[in-house]
Amino acid sequence: MALNRDFVGRVFPPGEPYEVGRVKISEFADAIGDPNPVFRDREAAKAAGYPDVIAPPTFPIVMSLYTPGLADPELGLNFAMVVHSGQSFAYVRPLRAGDVVTCTSTITEIKSVGSHESMTVRTEIATVEGEPVCTCHNTLVERGA
Amino acid sequence: MTATVKYDDVEVGTEIPARTFAVDRANLVMYAGASGDFNPIHWRESTARSVGLPDVIAHGMYTMAQGGRFVSDWAGDPGAVLDYGVRFSSPVVVPDEGGATLEISGKVERKLDDNTVVVALTARSEGQKVLTRAKATVRLA
Repeated sequence: MALNRDFVGRVFPPGEPYEVGRVKISEFADAIGDPNPVFRDREAAKAAGYPDVIAPPTFPIVMSLYTPGLADPELGLNFAMVVHSGQSFAYVRPLRAGDVVTCTSTITEIKSVGSHESMTVRTEIATVEGEPVCTCHNTLVERGA
Repeated sequence: MTATVKYDDVEVGTEIPARTFAVDRANLVMYAGASGDFNPIHWRESTARSVGLPDVIAHGMYTMAQGGRFVSDWAGDPGAVLDYGVRFSSPVVVPDEGGATLEISGKVERKLDDNTVVVALTARSEGQKVLTRAKATVRLA
């Protein structure tokens, strides 16, 4: 089904802040099988120049994969037919334990690709103090019938 | 930021040795829990087949995470990765028995200012390219 082009440029304001926890970071690092101590051991992170344990590069997906506003029926997105077709992260600095962040998402593009619909969402992750941390671009494809 | 690879020691074309990463269903279950992506195509075969997939497939983000690990291990510091983007071109099919193997290699594609380089990644499973346009910008020492 064609997605509603009126949603291009739609901004979804931040919801509740997300608090980045040390245990969540280590759980994520375990799940991706990455044994790097800077994800688990505060002393190792400090020795590497960080104030606390840092998160792996793809960790921001935890708070940015689903933008609740995409469930708006007016957009017309059928989640059952959605596949993740592209992802990028531009980091100001690594996310780290103790960060309290919000996500502000914008639909930047909707286009047809053959019988499919492709949509890109940009999410700006910033601390509640206003420090930008990471910009994510998430491209989803809704497969056509 | 404490990358261990020196900018002056790499050239355009410098290759990063390939590594293989095993992907088992258990990895996908752990990844579902840690990431919050509980789409059943990543752990329930009947659901995967019902939407036309050959079997359970890995989360694209799981594959992307292995590429991130590959680059950060090479650079010596995950925080040295300044930008990382991929397209998911083909799914990594993960059978119940034996799982799948992911082979990742990399090459320095460009040298930029400020000790940064662009690394182009290649990721394959069962001979298929599973990532395209996979690039990481990394600040070296």
